[in-house]
Formats: sequence, structure tokens, C-alpha cells
Amino acid sequence: MVSALQEKMKESFVEHVSEELLTDCMRCGFCLPACPTYLMTGQDEAHSPRGRISLMKALRDGQVLWDGSIEDSLDVCLGCRACEPACPAGVQYGTLLEEARHAVLDAKQPGLKEKAVRKIVFDGLFADQKKMKRTVGLIRIYQATGIQKVARASGMMRLLPKQMSEMERVLPQIRRKVRPAKPTQTYKVAFFTGCLMDTMFQETNSRTIELLEMAGYEVDIPANQQCCGALHGHSGEVPKAKKNAEKNILAFNHQDYDFIVQNAGGCGAFLSEYGKLLDTDEARTFSGKIVDISTLLMKAGFDRQLQAISKEAQSVVTYQDSCHLRNVNGVWEAPRTLIGSASGFTYIEMPNAAGCCGSAGIYNLLQPEMSAKILAEKMKGVKQVGPSVIVTSNPGCLLQMKVGIEREGLSGQIEAVHIVDFLYESMKNN
Amino acid sequence: MEWIESIKKVVGSEHVRTSSAHLLTYSYDATAGFQAMPDAVVSPGSTEDIRQIMEICRDHQVPLVPRGSGTNLAAGTAPTSGGVVLLFNRMNQILELDEDNLCIRVQPGVLTLDLCNFVEERGLFYPPDPSSMKISTIGGNVSENSGGLRGLKYGVTKDYVLGLTAVLPNGQVIKTGGKLAKDVAGYDLKALLVGAEGTLGVVTEILLKLIPKPEHQRTGIAYFQSLEESAATVSEIISERIIPATLEFMDRGTMDAVERFMNLGLPKDAEAMLLIEQDGEAGQVERDLAAMIDISVRNGAVITAVAETEEEAGQLKAGRRAALSALARKRPTTILEDATVPRSEIANMVRKIREIAERNQVEIHTFGHAGDGNLHPTCLTDIRNGEEMVRVERAFAEIFEAAIDLGGTITGEHGVGEMKSPYLQWKIGDEGIDLMKTIKQAIDPLNICNPGKMFAKANKPRVVVAHG
Repeated sequence: MVSALQEKMKESFVEHVSEELLTDCMRCGFCLPACPTYLMTGQDEAHSPRGRISLMKALRDGQVLWDGSIEDSLDVCLGCRACEPACPAGVQYGTLLEEARHAVLDAKQPGLKEKAVRKIVFDGLFADQKKMKRTVGLIRIYQATGIQKVARASGMMRLLPKQMSEMERVLPQIRRKVRPAKPTQTYKVAFFTGCLMDTMFQETNSRTIELLEMAGYEVDIPANQQCCGALHGHSGEVPKAKKNAEKNILAFNHQDYDFIVQNAGGCGAFLSEYGKLLDTDEARTFSGKIVDISTLLMKAGFDRQLQAISKEAQSVVTYQDSCHLRNVNGVWEAPRTLIGSASGFTYIEMPNAAGCCGSAGIYNLLQPEMSAKILAEKMKGVKQVGPSVIVTSNPGCLLQMKVGIEREGLSGQIEAVHIVDFLYESMKNN
Repeated sequence: MEWIESIKKVVGSEHVRTSSAHLLTYSYDATAGFQAMPDAVVSPGSTEDIRQIMEICRDHQVPLVPRGSGTNLAAGTAPTSGGVVLLFNRMNQILELDEDNLCIRVQPGVLTLDLCNFVEERGLFYPPDPSSMKISTIGGNVSENSGGLRGLKYGVTKDYVLGLTAVLPNGQVIKTGGKLAKDVAGYDLKALLVGAEGTLGVVTEILLKLIPKPEHQRTGIAYFQSLEESAATVSEIISERIIPATLEFMDRGTMDAVERFMNLGLPKDAEAMLLIEQDGEAGQVERDLAAMIDISVRNGAVITAVAETEEEAGQLKAGRRAALSALARKRPTTILEDATVPRSEIANMVRKIREIAERNQVEIHTFGHAGDGNLHPTCLTDIRNGEEMVRVERAFAEIFEAAIDLGGTITGEHGVGEMKSPYLQWKIGDEGIDLMKTIKQAIDPLNICNPGKMFAKANKPRVVVAHG
């Protein structure tokens, strides 16, 4: 018997998931060794990119009917997109995943637990920058929006207490508002502050501006910028993501910006795909200007500025890639070169530095078990290298690495920092 | 189903998957157009588990399809008759490295690349390197007798299998071969099981021969303005008595697709390229490579280059390994063949493939292991277009025909599977089919081991093509 939901799901997949993109996959399996969930589940094809694409296609073609096992397969995907650079056929997995999640959301009411998280995150927090700025710390956000009651009723707190209390411990102190940048010379760049970076990591944002100015850029912070919409997009809330995208394109619509710079890998990737999301010339122009802080600093030869400071290497530093910065924007050399140029440290690459840390947006809240497994594996690699500092390029990864350090009881020994803070400290310690 | 419950008792219910997500994601391999749902996906933990599963399947006449990572290109691992898909994800250990006898004992689920890396770190070498080696399993390689880029100089998987443990369809476990350089005790059952595509039983443990790792390795490339020039180069290299470790060929369409994936800087106006590699003693390697570059230039190569670093060489080889999947970006469906001819016929074969593509108005790009005559003509098409698919099928039939006419075969390294089973008779004749069926019947009378593979319900009538 085909249920009404199953019927609706098929129609929704036909409507939202592109047949052309699905047929790009020829099922060679080259993506499998790149997929963290495939490896973590003991090579379970249902938790692989090829498997998920085949499920999307089968749902669309009516070969299988929607059920919990298929939902699980799609939900367990981190969305890290490590499969994309591994794919010789150029399958746009990220887009397919977004389309599939959009299709699911459209056909089905999310469960209570998921709904609770979605409500706070999408409608409350990330839709409105001002609202975000008023909130202090992730736990308090939950309390302030009255979500705690919902969460408790739905059993979310029972499911997540460990993640939540760990998150609370590692959340940074909130500092003053970013001060306006002072103009200098050469390229003019607009700074995309990012909602999480702008609230929880404000100091990192002010230092981003200072670093850019040290490198000789003129920095502007356009008003009225919004959350990039990545979290919405990745979770199937495509219309909401598009709305944010349109607002941002409007906010940054100045001819004289040479670049739009950001310091959060997740946001950067999504911003760089506005062109694909909206399919307009304005969006493509916007996306074409997106650049991450490391690439922009390298462009100005900032590595030489770092090298000019001489100080003996005393401890080890390592780097955890931001999945989207690496897999979507292809940036992995620039941050490594910069970190390697900082004096006082020896850079050692940790095993599988390119592999997802398990943060993945709100994944660590929705899929705590898999997230914890991936993080535990990650921390094994960290311990092999024995660093005093782990550098990251994305706030989600940063928090996740802090949680990892906490879980392993390494708090006094290892510190997780954003690349901007690491570079800033290196310059300042001169 | 009663038999599923019985299998659960053997391996534990957590190792028997029957959810719709699992049945669907184990319904295919890398072959376009072959897909069918199994009844269960089972992960055994030992030879004994597999022996008991085999007995249950035999008693209930349930098909048993062993599957490594599902990268098969001839529908060999698609469960087209349903039944059990047997996985080796729990049997993926390297059991023993014997440095005194230069061999290694492994379970079937070990990934090819992991094995290669493991032995190379210890100064040893396992040469067979199929393009999918990053994810393919040794068990799959053995069952398919996989080749690879190094086949010309080093041979294929069967040349490295010293011994096997296998569960037969009657539930018996046989051990064949051993850590022996010589062994003529009876029929070579090991040779029979290698490349049997899981139709004669399930391989559960493998003993592989290793050789010392070559001390030196160099990679070069040569670009040509015509396919014929590159093919002539291949022939001359071999007739000059040089046996390179790798001698790979890509045509313009393939280069273009690879370039779009890897950005290697391949020239846009070249019609063909050869990827040349030699390994061994340093002086010999340098001399051979220089000689091969010379021969390339003599035959019209417009650009030649030698990789400066190991990384650069690795990139070039990765590009060649990605060729098939990279071509997939051009059209919705990618179908490839691996017609193989005597290496002296490579130029003829390349030309015939082009004529066949033109005659049938289909888009075919060719790459492959030029040095061992193993070509991969790949057709880019759309499986939803019935009319075009008729032309594609006709083109492939003509390619098989042409290969056999030149003294070649319908498959060099991908196996027969279900996809090429209608053409097997063309290569081995009725007598060959009869003998092979007799062997199959004797070992697997109930036809439970990977049914529907190797032997077709009906042979294809041979196409009569007007040659000229």
C-alpha cells in the first residue's frame, strides 16, 4: 500500500530534484573513499554519496517508496561535499542534497525535535541579524526563545544534554561591536561579517579587519547584510535561503568592491554559490567577488609579513580544513601557507585534516551520535600530531574542535583558534 | 522469509540488512542499465559464516552474489536475480605478511590501494592496479581477474594469486595453492576460481605474491596530432624490445573530459596522448624513457615531456584513472567496453572503432592500456533514448566483431558479467560455452552462485558488417 505521504514524496522529488543532475552520476564509486559517513559506518553504501544519489533517483522514478531508512540515509549526510572534488564526472552533490532536503521538507512535516531546532535556528536566529545580536550564547538562545519547553517536551534535552553542556562550556565571551574600518589603499573589499562570527566571535571579526588593513586593503562593512542562508539551504529551506541571498546581493551592490571577503568557510561556500542558487547576473557577479580571508591575505603577500618576524619554533600547530572552504571553494593551500609562515610554531599536518570534523552546521545537534563518532576519530589524528594549537577557518569547526579538546580532557594542553586570531596573535606578539 | 531468519542466526541480525534504503543501494554496480533489488544484504565475519550462509542459500535455492565495493563494469555484481548480496566489509584484514616467502595473506575486503601502500611502505610491490584501486577490493580483483595500468610489464591479478580459500556451492571449503613457486598437484583450481566472477563459489581468503619494489620510476607524456601516430608509436616501442611499466592512451575527447576534472594543463589541440612510465634500475629507466620519447618524436609527437616530480607523475596517472568517470560528465549515460586486441593491431583497432562510431552516429571516445592492446571505447549516450540505444548496441556489437576479427577478445579485464554474456560465444565458440557450462553445472548444479552472469539465456547472433 502506498501511503499519502509516500505519494506526496515522490511528487515532491519529481518537482524539486533535477533529473539532469541525477543522471550525471554514473555510479563509478570514486566518491566512496572520500565520504566520512561511508567510512564511519563500515562502508555502508546507504550512507554514501553514490547510495544517496541512487536513492534520490529511485524515489523520483518510483522505484522505492519513502520510508524511515531512506530518511535516515539523507539525514546522516554531513553535507561536507568531500565527494565533489573526488568525482571525475563533476556531479553537483551539494545541489542535489539541497534539492532533496527541500523535497522532503515540502512533502513532510518535520518531527518535533527537528522542528524545535529548525524554528530557533532558521526562523529565529539566522533569519534576522538583529535578533541574533541580541542573543548571547547558544544555550541562552534556546532559553530565550522559549524553545527549552518545546525541547523538553520533545525529549530533545534528553537526547542532547551532553552536546549542549559541552557547547556552553566552549562558547566564547562576547565582545564589543566591530569598529568601523579605516580606509587605506589599493583593493577595496567589502567584509561579510557572518551572523555567527558577528555575534559569538566579534573579536575575530575586528581582527579580520585589522589584518586586512595590515595587508593593505581598504575595508568596508556594508549595512543591512544578512545571514548567508547556508544553514537554511543545507536543510531544505530553499525559499528562505533565497530570500537571504537577495537581501545580501542588495546590501553588497556596489561596483567599487573588488572583493567580498568572509572568514567563515561555510558562509563563503554558500555565498559563492548564490549565482547557482538564484541564476541571475547580479547573483553571479556577487558570487564572483567572494573570497576567503586566507586567499586575500596571500594575494597581498601577507605570508612574507609573517615570515619577517623571527622567533624560534616552540610548539606545534596544525590545521583542520573547513569542508566547504576546501571542497567547494578549493582553498587549502592558502591557510596552510599562512600558518606555516607564522613564527614560533612548527606546522605539522594532522592525518585526514581534510576530513569533516562532524560539526556540519547543525548536524552535531541533529545527529549527535554520528557527529561524536567522527569527532572521536578526528581527535585520534590530533593526538598523533600533538599540537598546542589547532587552527580552523569556520566557526562551526572551531566550536567542534573545542568540544573535541574538552571531551578528550586536553583543555590546558591544546587550544582551538580561528585562523584570523592565530595570525593576529602572531603579528601582535612581534 | 525463513531463510533470512536462518542467516540472521549465523551472522547476527545487525549484519543482515533488509531496509528499502539498503536493498536499493545494493541493487546496482557501476554498469549502466542493470539494476535489481536483492532480498537481503549480508555482512559475514568469517569463512565459516559464509559456509553456513552458502548452505542456507543452497537449501532454499537463494542466489548469492558476492560484492566488494560495487565498481564492476559488466554488471557482475548487480543482483539481477535477487537473493543475497554478500559483503566483505567485516572481512577486511591483512592477515599475514611473509617477508621470507615474499607473499601476503589477506581477507577479500581489503582495499587494493591499502594493500599496495602497506607493502610499498615495506619495500615490496603488488603491481595490479585497476583504475578503481582507491576503492576496489582485493576480493573483487581476484574474482574479476582485474588488470590495470601496469599490466603490460607486470601482468594481471591472476599472476599474483598464490593461493585461495573458497566456499563451494556444496558447502565445502577448499584451500588451493600455497606459498609455493611451483605446484602442479592436480588441476589448477586456483586458476579456475580467479576470474570466475563468483559463479563457482565465494573466495574467502587470498594469498598474494609480492615482488621487490622497483628502485626508480619515471613518467613521460607525448601528444600527437593523430590517433594513428600514437598507435604507431606504441607498436614501435614494443618492437624496439622496450617493455614499459605503463603505456596508456587517451584520445582527444577523453583528454578534454579529464582536463575539465583535473586541470592538468593538457593541450586542447592534440588528438591523442600517450602516458609512458618505466620503472626499475635508475640507469635503465632513464635510457628507456629517453628512447621512448625519441620514438614518439620520430612518429610525429608534437609535444613531449617528462614529469619532474613524483607528484606530477601521480597527477598524470590519476587523470588517466579518472578517464571513464570524467567522460560521464558529457552525457547522461556512459557505457564502456574493453575490447582487447594483440598489441600489434592497436592502430587498426583504434581506426575501426572510429569508423564504427561514425557509421552508427554515436559518440565514442577511446582510452586504454595501449601497451597491452586493451582499449576502452566508451560510448556517451542517453539510456532514455531508445532509438539511440539501438545504435549504441549495434556499434558495440560491431566493435566486438572487429576485435575478434583482429584476433582479440570481447573483454580484456572487466569480465563478462551479465552485460557481455550474450557475446561470450563469439569469442569462445559453442565448444567453449559447452565446456564452461559443464564446469559450472558440476560445481554449482543448483545455479545459486551469482546466477545470470557469464552465460546468457541466448547468444547474440553475430552481426555481419560490411568491412571496407
